Amino acid sequence: MEFISLLQYSAPVALAAIGEIVVQQSGVIDIGLEGSMLVGSYFGMLTCLATHNPWLGLGAAILAALLLTLLFGVFTVLLAADQVVVGTAVNLFAMGLTSALFRSKFGGTMQLISIPRLGAYHGIDLIMVGMLVSVPAVWYLMRRTAWGLAVRSCGEYPKSAEAAGFSVYKLRLQALAIGGLFAGLSGAYLSLVIAGSFAENMTAGRGFVAIAMVTFGRWKPHFAFLAALLVGFADSLQYRFQTYGWHVPFQLMIAMPYIVALAVLVLVGKGTAAPGALAQPYRMDK
Amino acid sequence: MKRLVGISLYPIGLLLILVATLAFFKVPVRDGLGLLYSGAVGDRFAWSRMAVKSTPMLLTGLGMVVAWRGGIYNIGGEGQFIVGGIFGGTVARFAVFTSHPWSPWLATSGILVACVAGGAAWAWLAGWLYLRRGVEVVISTILLNFIALQFLGYCCSGPLQEKAKQVPLTDALPDEVMLPKLSRQMDAHFGVVLAIMAALLIYTYLFRTRAGFRVRLVGENPRMARANRIDAGRAKIQAMVVSGALCGLAGGIEYLGMSGQLGTGFSQQWGFLGIPVALLGGLHPLACILSASVFGALLAGAENLARYTPTGSTLVYVIQAVAVLGYVGIKAYRDRLPAVEA
Repeated sequence: MEFISLLQYSAPVALAAIGEIVVQQSGVIDIGLEGSMLVGSYFGMLTCLATHNPWLGLGAAILAALLLTLLFGVFTVLLAADQVVVGTAVNLFAMGLTSALFRSKFGGTMQLISIPRLGAYHGIDLIMVGMLVSVPAVWYLMRRTAWGLAVRSCGEYPKSAEAAGFSVYKLRLQALAIGGLFAGLSGAYLSLVIAGSFAENMTAGRGFVAIAMVTFGRWKPHFAFLAALLVGFADSLQYRFQTYGWHVPFQLMIAMPYIVALAVLVLVGKGTAAPGALAQPYRMDK
Repeated sequence: MKRLVGISLYPIGLLLILVATLAFFKVPVRDGLGLLYSGAVGDRFAWSRMAVKSTPMLLTGLGMVVAWRGGIYNIGGEGQFIVGGIFGGTVARFAVFTSHPWSPWLATSGILVACVAGGAAWAWLAGWLYLRRGVEVVISTILLNFIALQFLGYCCSGPLQEKAKQVPLTDALPDEVMLPKLSRQMDAHFGVVLAIMAALLIYTYLFRTRAGFRVRLVGENPRMARANRIDAGRAKIQAMVVSGALCGLAGGIEYLGMSGQLGTGFSQQWGFLGIPVALLGGLHPLACILSASVFGALLAGAENLARYTPTGSTLVYVIQAVAVLGYVGIKAYRDRLPAVEA
């Protein structure tokens, strides 16, 4: 049981990180990941509240996150705009949109929203199983399929991909779609599985931690997954210390995942594992 | 003429976004616009509120301008703002809340200098990590934001907590230490003047000094900078430190001009809001005065909107985000049309 609760703590970051690996291997850094997760959380909760069906909520979460990620893609891939600028705007947009909608719908009443959660068997739910399966699946997709090779060439040296007859735009948008799918799952996990509710800005920086974990995990799904487990462990420490009665400032515990992520990045540095064309806008010859 | 048409498109575009956002959140558009107008520039009190809201955004926006011009993506304005506040609060602890307080003038300047130093130090850390360990500034500054926020929470309920130890806030600064107000009845304080002076100063720094030129060259054309043996690392660290100092100054002015005490809600996203201000100001220090005023007016007006909708300031985030996306989108679309190869 202990391990399953650790998996639960880690799942949002792990899911987002696995999707982000595919995106970054294509040469795009999805700074808007946090925003995509947040709209996923909100619209998942909203749909679930309206239909009393968490599966429809899950679908809505994926759809919302997918749409926002593709919006990011239209700007950064098709228009070759700066990924950090657009990503920051997407995050601001998602935060403003979900908070404004949340306040105008539920504001003032301060009622606690409670929605039916996704079913689980001994704490193991379907998204968690999907996460465990996706680790080898994404590895296989990126390392053993023609599509994966083409996507990685887009991230390493997009000119070569184009010379080989691939559309860099198409491949990057496809990679972003996979990233959006995972962002939706991650957001839905927060609102539909862990909380059974929604709170303003409930992703609380997990998207950014996921991006850090991709670097930490050397762009490999299994390492990123382990890194996410480490963050989940640090996250769970705050409750554990409380039960032991240790007097550690709780702020230090909340900051722990961020400190761990930063410390790890300092230790491993950038290295050569990063996709060569990461975060560089690319314009195809036409 | 063409340029004039181009510039006049900005306010029209912004107005369109404003109307669309109001309509989307089901706020009656005409009344909504009226409330925004009267809340932002309706009378002299509204003007003063608008100036006060624009001030921190202008300063953090200037911070973003310097860093981004140097090709370094500082999105840690929020953390630098907060750490500035913590440094200022620490100095206040020793300068004001002791048995032998310093003279008010000395205490005020001491706190302000500490805030600037705090912001600069936090930004320097990210810059140093980038140069020495290759940690992407985008990621490290975001992580440092979260760490700073928790550190602030700890300080406000630990070492810097008010004397009664009841609430997680620091002691409120006495009036004589606060920045002087421009008028007794209004919020507007001397910090507004300081911010505008900072904009002029940063303009001079970037466009009239060698150091500023180096920062711009390293950001715009790293290869040319290299060919001219300009130390890119040094220029970037300098840009980062100046950027953090400005964000720290924003924190200090908010502390000494408005809040007078620190709590976990000390920064109202001021660090993040600097990003749209800098972008829509075209990364130009003087244009930032204009863009900060526009968003300050929106924030001040949005308080008035509360009558119709509880959404409040969150609406302004949406408007800012859409404005940035529109600006970036149009610019990128234009850039990609006639790709003339050299």
